[in-house]
Amino acid sequence: MKPSALIPLAAALLFATAAHGDRGGDGQLKILYWQAPSILNPFLSGGTKDIHASALIIEPLAHYDTDGNIVPALAEEIPTVENGGVAADLRSITWKLKQGVVWSDGTPFTAHDVAFTAAYCMHPEGGCNAAERFEDVTSVEALDDHTVRIGFGVAKPFPYGPFVGSEVPVFQKAQYQECMGARAPQCTEQNFGTIGTGPFKVREFRPNDVVLYEMNGNYRIPGKPHFATVLLKGGGDAVSAARAVLETGEFDYAWNLQVEPEILATMEKTGKGEVLSAFGTSVERLMVQLTNPDKALGERRATYQNGNNPHPFLSDPAVRRALSLAIDRQILVDAGYGSAGRVTCNVLPAPAIYASKANDWCRTQNIETANRLLESAGWVRGADGVREKDGVRLSILFQTSTNSVRQGTQALIKQMWQEIGVETELRNINASVFFGGDQSSPDTIQKFFADIEMYTNNFNGTDPENYMVRWTCDKMPSPENHWIGQNMPRYCSPAYDKLAGELAQTAELKSRARIAKQMNDMLIDYGAMIPLIHRGAVAARANSLGGGAFPNVWDATPWNIQDWHRK
Amino acid sequence: MFRYAVRRLLFAVPTLLVISLIIFALLDLAPSDPTAQLPLTIPEEVRQMIRLSLGLGEPFHIRYLLWLEQFLVNEPLNLIEHYWDIRIGDSEERLRVRSWSTRAPVIDLIAERLPQTLLVVGVSYAVAIMIAIPIGVVSAYRQYSIFDQLGTFVSMVGYSVPTFFTGTVLIVVFSVSLGWLPSIYDTTHVVTDLDSFIVQVKQMIMPVMVLALFNTAQLSRFVRSSMLDNLNQEYVRTARAKGMTEPVVILIHVLRNSMIPVVTVIALGLPTTFAGAIITEQIFRINGVGQLLIGAIEAADIPTVQTVTFIFAILIVLFNLVADLLYGMLDPRIRYD
Repeated sequence: MKPSALIPLAAALLFATAAHGDRGGDGQLKILYWQAPSILNPFLSGGTKDIHASALIIEPLAHYDTDGNIVPALAEEIPTVENGGVAADLRSITWKLKQGVVWSDGTPFTAHDVAFTAAYCMHPEGGCNAAERFEDVTSVEALDDHTVRIGFGVAKPFPYGPFVGSEVPVFQKAQYQECMGARAPQCTEQNFGTIGTGPFKVREFRPNDVVLYEMNGNYRIPGKPHFATVLLKGGGDAVSAARAVLETGEFDYAWNLQVEPEILATMEKTGKGEVLSAFGTSVERLMVQLTNPDKALGERRATYQNGNNPHPFLSDPAVRRALSLAIDRQILVDAGYGSAGRVTCNVLPAPAIYASKANDWCRTQNIETANRLLESAGWVRGADGVREKDGVRLSILFQTSTNSVRQGTQALIKQMWQEIGVETELRNINASVFFGGDQSSPDTIQKFFADIEMYTNNFNGTDPENYMVRWTCDKMPSPENHWIGQNMPRYCSPAYDKLAGELAQTAELKSRARIAKQMNDMLIDYGAMIPLIHRGAVAARANSLGGGAFPNVWDATPWNIQDWHRK
Repeated sequence: MFRYAVRRLLFAVPTLLVISLIIFALLDLAPSDPTAQLPLTIPEEVRQMIRLSLGLGEPFHIRYLLWLEQFLVNEPLNLIEHYWDIRIGDSEERLRVRSWSTRAPVIDLIAERLPQTLLVVGVSYAVAIMIAIPIGVVSAYRQYSIFDQLGTFVSMVGYSVPTFFTGTVLIVVFSVSLGWLPSIYDTTHVVTDLDSFIVQVKQMIMPVMVLALFNTAQLSRFVRSSMLDNLNQEYVRTARAKGMTEPVVILIHVLRNSMIPVVTVIALGLPTTFAGAIITEQIFRINGVGQLLIGAIEAADIPTVQTVTFIFAILIVLFNLVADLLYGMLDPRIRYD
């Protein structure tokens, strides 16, 4: 062989090793979820874990980054009114798709896939759990191979519901077209081996146990992903998941670690990894029952009855205010949440432009004021120290889901309320019953056959409209609507409903923020809800893992997994 | 004996049908919701659609009969088709028992998990038997000796300390402090050579020992008391009088007779080998049948819970029969005909 012939060969070898060193050069990434993925089709999933596990494979048109900004994924740019992507009447949005993107099987990705995915999720028999994102969508059509237009039946000031965020990714039409509607659950092969445009593809999936991914050789960004394979293991419990990253170092990243703060702090001292927390919109709050939940009322129990069924004592604004003032929220944070929580007085705590400061009176505990309020409202202490008025005792049934942190919080609140002469009976209900909407169970959050209930709620993405309209009069759960609705306190105010209508008509961000804040303040000032803790997402990350592995509260954590790398 | 076995098997059919009805009814009456683990941001209207798509709109008796048909007719047919590679009727449209959380056929899920369960729980059962018999024999032969006292103590501890405690203690000692063994079972690991075999052994040591400790405690007490019963029998004195050595007396005469009730106990315990060990599998994250069951209960995946529990019921009924038949074979004094 002539020396000159070696040069291109050497160059080719050099090039090959350089490329290899980049894409997939970091070996295996090991992620631990204590809830195991059951299916790799987020539309048919039973929980957040499945959406995260699918996010490595399939992508939406745009993602939310860790700060809540919308950033393009499969789209070329984010359509806005300014760049003409969103129609002036707010009734349609037109997405331009990236050129040259291919699915992991090598076929081109087109606007027809997007239109198909919309039809798949909007099919009435499919049981798609992202159906809400397609609310008011009247048409999704591919204008050409790289342009798709989504039309809405009403003006949508925030048109980023469909295909923004990992809950609503784009499926491959060729793979899923036989799986429409009632056939969707029977497509096991598809649901377990979803083809996507994302950085990884499935090599092996064992439902409720483990997913083994390998890098997608057709991924559109050269040199990425950095890991050749990803092992996503599921199952077990949160404490041992934290241990596997922080103490034994067997895994690189562990998700959703709601564990007592002192346990995490001890584990972190080992020095193998760190605990991360990110704050989204989750607020642990007390819902105040404003209607009478007395069992003797039968059918009328815990129903609004046009305001003719008020709660015997929680209908008194002084009592509601006193209950909130008596709570030392910082103690609750320190005892149960640590770095995963902070004090809040709002049900709408984030993003920053929506966070109100009007309710900061609740930040410091004030037993004295609380007692005075109750005194002047005529609630006097009886022989056993419990206040009463006209034969009504301030005796509260306080329910929540079974969870050691929640039971700790319950016990602390009980003590705090004792100081203002309120007696509390604590109750906890299995989470799958409490949060499950089983019509036959009396113990669901919707039925709310108690005086106070505690849980966390939040909203997807960064726009609070769908969240704030939950407390309008027509969203009250009742036997007539089969206990559907999120207005647990049975709060009803015409002024609030009017603001909700206004919010639906307003496009400009600052005005939207003003209205949303005003709605939040109305709820808190009235005392329909007592916010306690702004909860963060907690995760553990090994020291050797870099590239922006961080809990993303606005989207799925693996949204940027193509950037994760070994340090 | 054969007629007896056939009669018992025929009796098992109505028993199992009643069990299946009870399991189905209990799970149906218990409050649970397959959409409970979905994020709260998903509205109730959407949840209602999901429930309907899972078939929850049908009345109880329809769902029960449908499940029975799927389990007793469709699944065996499917198994036959799969095993002999043939087609019977319209196999595409035949409905199978499907899990709500994975939407996959439940039988496939069980088949995927059975090897891990059989390996870990089976090995632990074998280890337990191998440890329990010598301990039981020595404890009985040297009754009230230090060894017996110690054996009793360890048995009591092993029997009364729950596996979630011993499991966690082992993890803290051997994984966290010493770093010798992995705390998480790698279910994707494939044994190809000596090195990978060692990895497999290493990840099995802790779960196997946790389960073995529990089983050993129980079995060694059985062996001991059964040995004690026999040691005072006339035939033992006869054997000694004939001039046989102690090892022959103990290991040939006494042990063989003492094993009759022990074998029955072992046979009755065998279904648990298939059922897996719910807690131990959860602690070490082994994807066995036990973990499938507990996961399905948490996710309110009713078809999976029904099917897995019903398969356990079948196994228990079958192994009861096996134990009875073994008893008849081992003990010539017992005749069933």
